[in-house]
Amino acid sequence: MALDETIKPEAETGTSRLNAIAAWPVRVLFGILDVPFRALQRLLGIGSMPYFFILPNLAFFGLFVVVPLFINFAYSVTGGTNLFMENRPYVGGEQYGFLFDCGNYLDPSTCREDRFWRGVYNTFTFVFFQVSLMVLFSLVTALILNREIRGRGFFRAAFFFPVLLSPVVVALIWKWILLRDGVLNAFLVSMGLDPILFFVSPAWAMFWAIFVSVWAHMGFYTLILLAGLQAIPPDLYEAAEMDGTKRERVFFRITLPLLWPNMLVVIVLALIKAVQIFDEVFVLTGGGPGTATQFVVQYIYTTGFANQIQNFGLAAAASVVLGVVLFVLTLLQLAASRRKDEG
Amino acid sequence: MTHRLNKTLLLGVAALGLMAGNALAETELRMTWYNDGNEGEVMRDLLDRFEEANPDIKVVLDVVPYAAVRDGIGVQLAAGEGPDMARVTDLGGLSQYYLDLTPYLSDADYWRTNFGPFLKWLAPDSDAISGFMTQLTVTGPYVNKTLFEQAGVEMPGEGATWDDWAAASKEVADKLDIPIPMAWDRSGHRVAGPAISMGAKMFDENGEPALVDDGLKMMATKLYDWHQDGTMAKELWGSVSGSQYLGANEDFANANVVLYMSGSWQIPQFAETIGDAFDWWAVPAPCGPAACTGMPGGAALVAIKDTEHPEEVAMVMDYLAQEENLAEFYSRTLFIPGHLGLAEKGIDFDTDDERAKHALSTFAGAVPSISPIAFETQGYPYNYVMFGALISRLGEAIVGELTLDQAFERMTQDVEQQIAEKKRGG
Repeated sequence: MALDETIKPEAETGTSRLNAIAAWPVRVLFGILDVPFRALQRLLGIGSMPYFFILPNLAFFGLFVVVPLFINFAYSVTGGTNLFMENRPYVGGEQYGFLFDCGNYLDPSTCREDRFWRGVYNTFTFVFFQVSLMVLFSLVTALILNREIRGRGFFRAAFFFPVLLSPVVVALIWKWILLRDGVLNAFLVSMGLDPILFFVSPAWAMFWAIFVSVWAHMGFYTLILLAGLQAIPPDLYEAAEMDGTKRERVFFRITLPLLWPNMLVVIVLALIKAVQIFDEVFVLTGGGPGTATQFVVQYIYTTGFANQIQNFGLAAAASVVLGVVLFVLTLLQLAASRRKDEG
Repeated sequence: MTHRLNKTLLLGVAALGLMAGNALAETELRMTWYNDGNEGEVMRDLLDRFEEANPDIKVVLDVVPYAAVRDGIGVQLAAGEGPDMARVTDLGGLSQYYLDLTPYLSDADYWRTNFGPFLKWLAPDSDAISGFMTQLTVTGPYVNKTLFEQAGVEMPGEGATWDDWAAASKEVADKLDIPIPMAWDRSGHRVAGPAISMGAKMFDENGEPALVDDGLKMMATKLYDWHQDGTMAKELWGSVSGSQYLGANEDFANANVVLYMSGSWQIPQFAETIGDAFDWWAVPAPCGPAACTGMPGGAALVAIKDTEHPEEVAMVMDYLAQEENLAEFYSRTLFIPGHLGLAEKGIDFDTDDERAKHALSTFAGAVPSISPIAFETQGYPYNYVMFGALISRLGEAIVGELTLDQAFERMTQDVEQQIAEKKRGG
């Protein structure tokens, strides 16, 4: 089939003439492209054409993702502080050995690189609470926004709005709210209460890191779940209603099972994003107090870039460890998507 | 008529061509800069005058936050992506990236005569001329004298110790319900002076860094205790991780702090932001058993060796370093001069503010009493490794993640590990 045949001018099907005029440049373009593409197809065979079409994307992906991955690994087996590979001595697995030199993995203070392990445990804590709360609140919000409520469009936009903001802006806004002289403390004082130094208490700092992150990203996941909810056939609910099924039973037996593929995607995406957390929390709490909200990515940044002596090798080794975790999570996401497609 | 039109068009095209030619001939240089006060504005004025005299050179002043200079410029320079010139505070640590201006300068002797001792800070291992000090700094405390008067508490006098000042500040804060009795910048450089006053040596007999000794432990323990008893607020030292810098200048300017340990570079800012709202007073560095010293330091404008226009960069640097230009710069910015000739002649500082004048004379007067160990520490190219280890581990102890003994042990390990990594190559 010739390329210009794939677009059927609407005028021919009897619709507006204006559309036919508008389609004309596209037809001309496709006509011009048809000649070289036909030749290419003859040369490569039709089976190879999809690979040809994804080649530009693949090249960019390879250049900016795959190649840096290998470069990063190469850095992780070198030492010294020189940026250029040719000037860096090979040290084998020394950087990994340094990272994993621990008396007791459950107690970071017994580890040679205690900050890395504090970062690991902080990241686990953050991921556990942030993902759980993110999924819970996204689901509840999606369920509410799926109902016929007044101002539904407004609320959908309002919940999605924080997703559009830069993480740094989000963090700065909340920082101004939470500082000693911030809006929240001004409110507490006006109520006759003492101000709370949120960024001095490890528990408060972690709480706000999680809260702000959930607030900022919930809209995105709500949208995915909302799409899933709207794809559930309404006749299932009608049948359940005619049978007099209780609302909780409808939720657990119809809504949740049919929404599960979307939920799985949300969980895995939220997990990957939570493991990578850095910018928002770095601006909000600076990783403090102490190292209470310092996560693995901040450890990598500090080790590789912020210290006076930049230990690129150690930072790269920590990145490889993080990369392995993310790879496993990505495999989970792929499995979940496949299950969704099959189911 | 057509003939006239053609002539006009021809002239227009010729003019455009000339303009394009000029634009092509123009060399654009970039200078990375940060501001504590009005120095960016003053520098721009000087650069405008330079550009007027040298129309084929244009200097773009890229003003960035101090944190970007402190934490980011090293990577930029290592990648060969740095500016042509930069204002830096890690004077020796970045020396490998500096351009030696000597072959391009019209009078290298002028530079050696007037910037002599500071050139060594910029080039610890060579005789290179890489830049000049935009300011000399001395660390030391400021107090809110008005609060002392309102509380009826006597300000500790000459020879007072850190304990005297801490107790007096706490008393004022308690009487007037001020939230923060004493605040120190979250910076190892700020702690180093007081630690040396307590007897810290900073280096061993071989000149290798030896951060933790009895003097440093004594000072660190005091800082720890002041955070626990409320003399110092945990918001600064306890609220971020690692060696991140945090200043209390805004809290001091808002009269939320009785005593603020910082340095001479705050003078222009306080003169502008506080003005006569209250009496902000610089006091001499408090004493310990070994000395009454602050830390010297400062910022330098340096040329970067990856520049594609070393001659033009040298022209800019040479222009800015001339005595009359630096005299104007120091005078308008209220910075302690880093030019020996000007320091000797004295600067007519462009201010009527008695507080600023008093602060300038206090800090300038403190220079002779600066301990040689403080100068040695400032000249050590990896002093930021020592400062970073000190501040980050002490911060972790203050919030209870480490005991003080664990913190001291970690400080030593951190310094050793980073220096070893440096020695491995780079």
